[in-house]
Order: sequence, then C-alpha cells, then structure tokens
Amino acid sequence: MIVYILCFALFLVGIYGALTKRDLIKIILSIGIMGYAANLMFILFAYKTGASFAILTEEGINTNMVDPLPQALILTSIVIELGITALLVTLAIRLFEKYKTFDITKIRRLSG
Amino acid sequence: MKQTEGMTLIVKTVTRISVWMILLYGLYIILHGHISPGGGFAGGVIIALAFLNVMLAYGRDFIKRWVNIGFLHDIESSSAALFLAIGILGMAVGGGFLANFISHGKLFHLLSAGTIPILNIVIAAKVSMGLFVVVWTLSIFHLDKGGKK
Amino acid sequence: MPVETWLIFILGFMILGSIIALELKDILSSVISIGIVGLGVSVAFLFLQALDLAIVQFLFEIFALIILVRAFIGKEYHIKEPSKSHVIQTVVTIVVLLSILALSINVFRLLPQFGEPIFSTARHYVENGAKETGAANIVTAIILDYRAYDTLGEVTVLFTAILGVLAILKTRSKTTSPAGGDHETN
Repeated sequence: MIVYILCFALFLVGIYGALTKRDLIKIILSIGIMGYAANLMFILFAYKTGASFAILTEEGINTNMVDPLPQALILTSIVIELGITALLVTLAIRLFEKYKTFDITKIRRLSG
Repeated sequence: MKQTEGMTLIVKTVTRISVWMILLYGLYIILHGHISPGGGFAGGVIIALAFLNVMLAYGRDFIKRWVNIGFLHDIESSSAALFLAIGILGMAVGGGFLANFISHGKLFHLLSAGTIPILNIVIAAKVSMGLFVVVWTLSIFHLDKGGKK
Repeated sequence: MPVETWLIFILGFMILGSIIALELKDILSSVISIGIVGLGVSVAFLFLQALDLAIVQFLFEIFALIILVRAFIGKEYHIKEPSKSHVIQTVVTIVVLLSILALSINVFRLLPQFGEPIFSTARHYVENGAKETGAANIVTAIILDYRAYDTLGEVTVLFTAILGVLAILKTRSKTTSPAGGDHETN
C-alpha cells in the first residue's frame, strides 16, 4: 500500500509543478511526471508476488505470470506520451518565437 | 577534411562503424518481437536513434544528400494506411477486423504467429520514420532561427 | 530484499528527482533530472517483471531528452523572481495537495494488496494466448492480436501528433518565404 501512496505522491508533484510554475518548459516537464506516475500505477496493479514475466520460454510452459493486460495498455500509452511531448515542445517554441519568453504570465499579458 | 559540418573525424569514423550495428540490433528487436521482449515500438525507436546518430555526427546536409525526407514522411504515412489495409484484409479473409488470418506456425519459431510480425514491422516503420521526421523538422527550425539572428 | 522495498526506494528517488527538476533554475539541469525520473520508471518496470515496457520506456526517455535538449537549450530568457502573491499561491497549492494526499490514503486501503492482482480478464490471455495466436510474448499477442484495434487507434494518435508538429512548424517557413521582402528586422 505504501507503494501506491508514493506513486500518487509522484502524481501530485506533477500537479504541483503544473499549477505553480510560470515557466512553460517546467509545465511540460510536470505533465511528463504525471504521465510517468499514471503509467507506473497501472503496472503496480499488475504485479503478482513471485510471478514471472509474461513471456513463454522454451524450458517449460508455466502460466504463473504477472498480469499482461495493463502492460499492453501502457505500452501504447508511453508512445502517445512521447507524441504529446513533441507537440507541446513545438507549441512552446512557436510561443517563444512570437513573445520571446517562456513566462506564461507575460504571454497572457501580451495577448490581450 | 573539406567539409566542416558535423563533428570531428573520430566521431564520424566511430559512427560509420557503429551505426550498422545499431540498425542490425533494431531489426533484431523488431523481427523477434513475438518471441522475446521488444517489438515494433522499441525497434522503431532504435532505428530512429540510428538515423539521429548519423544526423548528429555528419550534419544535416549529409542526411539531406543521402535521404529524401519527403520519402521518409511518405513511408510513415503509408504504413498507417498499411496497418488499416491488413485489418481490412483480415475482415475479408479471417472473418473479423484485424483478425489473425495467416497460419500460426510453431511456437518459438521466427516465422510464426501469423500477422503479428507483419504488424510489428509496419509499426516499426511508422514509429521510426515519424520520430525521425519530427526531430529533423525541429532541428531545421532551430537552424532557421539561428540564421535569422 | 523484497520487491516492495526496492520499489519504495526507487519511488522516493523519483519524487526527489522530480522536485529537484521543478525547483532548479537551470533548464539543462531540470531536463537531466527528468531523465533520471524516466530511467527510474524503467528500472521500476524491470522490478515489476514488465520487460517490454522497460525497454520501450528506456528508449523513449532517451528520445524525449533529445527532443527537449534540442528544442530548449540555448534559448536565452529570464524568468522574473517570484512576487509575493506567487509565494502565497505556492503555499496554498502545497497545502491543498498535501491534504488531498492525506485524505486519499483511505481509498488505497480499498484497493487489492500489492502483489495480489484481481487478474480475471487476463487469465484467458495467459492460459490460451500462446495457443490462439502463436506468439510466445503474451504482451505482443495482446497488443497486436486481441486488442489490435486499440493499437490502430494508437497509431492514429501518433500520426496526428506528428502531423500536428509538422503543421505547426512548417507554417512559419511558408509565411517567411513570401514575406522575405518585408525585412522585418528584430
């Protein structure tokens, strides 16, 4: 249970960064941290004590495996996360080019 | 050396030897995706990193001379369509969308598991070319900016 | 040592790394700290017997680092020192988040214990996966056979994200080439 709470704390650290930081790069990094925590939480739910990885080996078939379904879901989630990071980085670069700053309060002021 | 783009001669020589091993390892990871850890996503990123290695060591112009970036983008787009085509083929032959319609073969053999290795290759083409095109575009943009200032 | 102890150590390390990454002034140091957090996730996946995920997370972390470094390093900018209202905002946020954490501990008691998953959907995949698909890697069998439609959606999302990146970046070169005669010096 301590593992779950620590994983949730990692997610809250990401929320803290996204809420309080004014630097656009830091906000992108916080979104990445939230993604890590969510991914890790799924895999924590899938773990089974004493079980092997979800790949059959030629030595002998044993079906005492960790749950492979969350792993399959998270495998696609990691890829999507990289796409999101690339898109956010691109948007941040465009904003920097227009306003010459990454400070979100200044960007907000200049737009009005 | 006439050309000053890219990094030093030592880096270029090491890259010339090691990039083929990186590509080979990526292909191994892709093709053995159904019998060992790995698969299309991991192998695709390894191949994209190999391209990136060449780009960082030899400079952008070298890549531009040897590879057509538009062609890489075409590969990326058409592999998404190919995934869909395999799915529709499964609907026609196997009786369901993305059904595994090729014979499964023997367990633990390289040529087994029906459409799974084919889909792995398609995904690897998609991921590798897509990510390389993204980094390429970002670096071009950076270059434009530096030239403007 | 049991797996749980290792995981507590890794998770504490990751929390520390992310706080450092968010609080540092230097952007290169923050990006590298985020790299530490991502590699920590990869090690945690190894302890949790998710080999595919460990490989994929490791490689994608390297790629994300390259993108971030490539895009942000060398941009000179200065974020102003935080004002007084910003300090109050930070304190309020920390208090609210800590109270959320304290209140949510009861929820985690309701969850199944660590190491004893519910494991009902995946039992069919584990027992019949190799027979039905012919693939020894059950995770690959799930993402490309049982749930291939899911993967198709994922491919579509990645395609759209890459198209978005290209569209956002390429509009500039199109607008500059005809507007090159304007010579807007900055």
